[in-house]
Amino acid sequence: MTQSVVVQVGQCGNQIGCCFWDLALREHAAVNQAVLIDMEEGVVNEILQGPLRDVFDTKQLITDISGSGNNWAVGHKVFGSLYQDQILEKFRKSAEHCDCLQCFFIIHSMGGGTGSGLGTFLLKVLEDEFPEVYRFVTSIYPSGEDDVITSPYNSILAMKELNEHADCVLPIDNQSLFDIISKIDLMVNSGKLGTTVKPKSLVTSSSGALKKQHKKPFDAMNNIVANLLLNLTSSARFEGSLNMDLNEISMNLVPFPQLHYLVSSLTPLYTLTDVNIPPRRLDQMFSDAFSKDHQLLRADPKHSLYLACALMVRGNVQISDLRRNIERLKPSLQFVSWNQEGWKTSLCSVPPVGHSHSLLALANNTCVKPTFMELKERFMRLYKKKAHLHHYLQVEGMEESCFTEAVSSLSALIQEYDQLDATKNMPVQDLPRLSIAM
Amino acid sequence: MRENEAYQASCKERFFSEEENGVPIARAVLVDMEPKVINQTLSKAAQSGQWKYGQHACFCQKQGSGNNWAYGYSVHGPRHEESIMNIIRKEVEKCDSFSGFFIIMSMAGGTGSGLGAFVTQNLEDQYSNSLKMNQIIWPYGTGEVIVQNYNSILTLSHLYRSSDALLLHENDAIHKICAKLMNIKQISFSDINQVLAHQLGSVFQPTYSAESSFHYRRNPLGDLMEHLVPHPEFKMLSVRNIPHMSENSLAYTTFTWAGLLKHLRQMLISNAKMEEGIDRHVWPPLSGLPPLSKMSLNKDLHFNTSIANLVILRGKDVQSADVEGFKDPALYTSWLKPVNAFNVWKTQRAFSKYEKSAVLVSNSQFLVKPLDMIVGKAWNMFASKAYIHQYTKFGIEEEDFLDSFTSLEQVVASYCNL
Repeated sequence: MTQSVVVQVGQCGNQIGCCFWDLALREHAAVNQAVLIDMEEGVVNEILQGPLRDVFDTKQLITDISGSGNNWAVGHKVFGSLYQDQILEKFRKSAEHCDCLQCFFIIHSMGGGTGSGLGTFLLKVLEDEFPEVYRFVTSIYPSGEDDVITSPYNSILAMKELNEHADCVLPIDNQSLFDIISKIDLMVNSGKLGTTVKPKSLVTSSSGALKKQHKKPFDAMNNIVANLLLNLTSSARFEGSLNMDLNEISMNLVPFPQLHYLVSSLTPLYTLTDVNIPPRRLDQMFSDAFSKDHQLLRADPKHSLYLACALMVRGNVQISDLRRNIERLKPSLQFVSWNQEGWKTSLCSVPPVGHSHSLLALANNTCVKPTFMELKERFMRLYKKKAHLHHYLQVEGMEESCFTEAVSSLSALIQEYDQLDATKNMPVQDLPRLSIAM
Repeated sequence: MRENEAYQASCKERFFSEEENGVPIARAVLVDMEPKVINQTLSKAAQSGQWKYGQHACFCQKQGSGNNWAYGYSVHGPRHEESIMNIIRKEVEKCDSFSGFFIIMSMAGGTGSGLGAFVTQNLEDQYSNSLKMNQIIWPYGTGEVIVQNYNSILTLSHLYRSSDALLLHENDAIHKICAKLMNIKQISFSDINQVLAHQLGSVFQPTYSAESSFHYRRNPLGDLMEHLVPHPEFKMLSVRNIPHMSENSLAYTTFTWAGLLKHLRQMLISNAKMEEGIDRHVWPPLSGLPPLSKMSLNKDLHFNTSIANLVILRGKDVQSADVEGFKDPALYTSWLKPVNAFNVWKTQRAFSKYEKSAVLVSNSQFLVKPLDMIVGKAWNMFASKAYIHQYTKFGIEEEDFLDSFTSLEQVVASYCNL
């Protein structure tokens, strides 16, 4: 069996990571490998004192008291060089424990300092040290009303690194997670449903190993992301009639190296106590996966262009159910001309705890473009006025060129998506084939 | 009774070797680059209590090929060549009279396709006197693997060079059989594989070696190749079975050889995938017409021209079955006489639950359209260079793709011009 190493960086990364392990334990009894990195002791200490303390080896932790001050440059340049050796050592140890290391999952936020700066620094380290191991990054992008003023700077500087050193990026934003939670709360509390919602079946539920009360709305949101990661790795961990390994995700969903941003959606959000799931419910699960309300990023894949789409199904679902739904939904979706049947599918027999079946959809779709464009706009608003720039430039190794390079990297990416969108409503033509002399 | 024993003995000898305690061991080598499926396969076989796979007949690694043909062919292949060929050699040495290899693989993924092609090539190098038939699973048109068309063209073009015959099974066709004929509501891969196994069994289970003899054919693989692949440019074979039905329907149906053979013949000439929805308005061109007209008629009426056909009949009163309909010269190309192009094998012994059953193994234009489609889709994708970096990363260059396209366009053209 293959293993993955989870790298949790920064406050956000570690809080999500914590939820992930919580849920992972629910699915297995095994101990997995993790490296926890934070520049503030608070978060990591909390983990160490909780019921998950036995899961993590204290030797896997790297902490520093001061934090990165929401400054990408501090996270990337200062802590990067300061802790490079130590971090590398931890990675090597983790990798040694693995029978066959397939993938690094990096979990971080883009808007802050540690997750964003140090997190992306690590990408380069991992690429150099373990070139054959995939780097999957789950990045929390800042929402419109973000409390960190410099989040656009941090995000764009981080994006350049993601463009160049990540194999796959799953962008997620807090607003979408929040909207999903609101939707669940509404459904659960409305009493409109005849049957009751199964306890522990919410995509936001934790296993209860952590403290019961939802201290912050982030707990529920983090659980959604944790569920995403669990579903992503389910085929590698359990058996099924059509397995999908993580290396297959990259192979099928990344047609060009730079276009490796995948919008994700998880359905269902909750399960009703109705044990016998008739096909209509199952089909609803597939329909929901494409609705903009279920995406973990503010994006509408249905009205943009698909380059490729993966459907990872768990539970008692057969190939015929899968095929029927693809046929049904295909007409309402637009795929790029050279990938009209760009579907990658997998079936894993073991459903998530509390569900009879579930679906994770990953879309390589031009609907990510607006997120990037907004980010660029917010960046330019700050940058034009040189606001807060000195905090970055005073860090050794940082120059204005870092900023200009980062923004042009993003512009180039946006342009790629623009070019694809331009082909959207064009009729699909079969190209002339090679002619053979008989 | 003795008949039954002879049949079983022939079957056993062909497919199994025996262990000390009498448990038959399949003459098989299992190869995969990740362990889950092989482990499942081994335990399922052992569960039956009646046979098993050899303990040392498997080769497994920890991490798959990522649906990447280049990885399977250029990385896994050379890396594990020695180990895999060793296991194969040991298995071959156990055979008294070894005729050849039957290689089962899919075209859509990375290991079956890429490593499968690599191994077949090795077999051609090391066992050039032995026969090789590849059984290849043709993926569903949509929704399995996005790069399946690339993997397929690379597989087919390579196998065309190193294999002797390609026996192709289409997932879409088998799926329809499960849905329409077997009435299965929620079709699983297990159902699909059962139908496939049934089709293979109908072909490879023992049959008599000649009209009046009661000895079983000793080299079915060799005989099959000899009958069906008269020319190396034409290697694509497909299987049509009749009947296919659920247990329930079977109880209420009786079959006649005349009825079965009539349907089978119509399936052949109208290019039907199964025995329902057969286009009854297709008929062979009138003989005596000059070749040019014959070709245009073919195109209009979707008539399926054959190079060679083999019909295998199993069941009661098989001697009374009349196969004259398959000897009509109009069914075949002009460069082989029907006496050479058509063969029939028989056995009184019924197969599976069917009192009478017939299978057609055909080298005909059956697969031209699917092949043409795959080549077309792969070509469209190739023109945009999408996913190519995933292959060049492991040594399969654009030139290799172009070579594959060229070979397959050649195959399509050859079959079209029959």
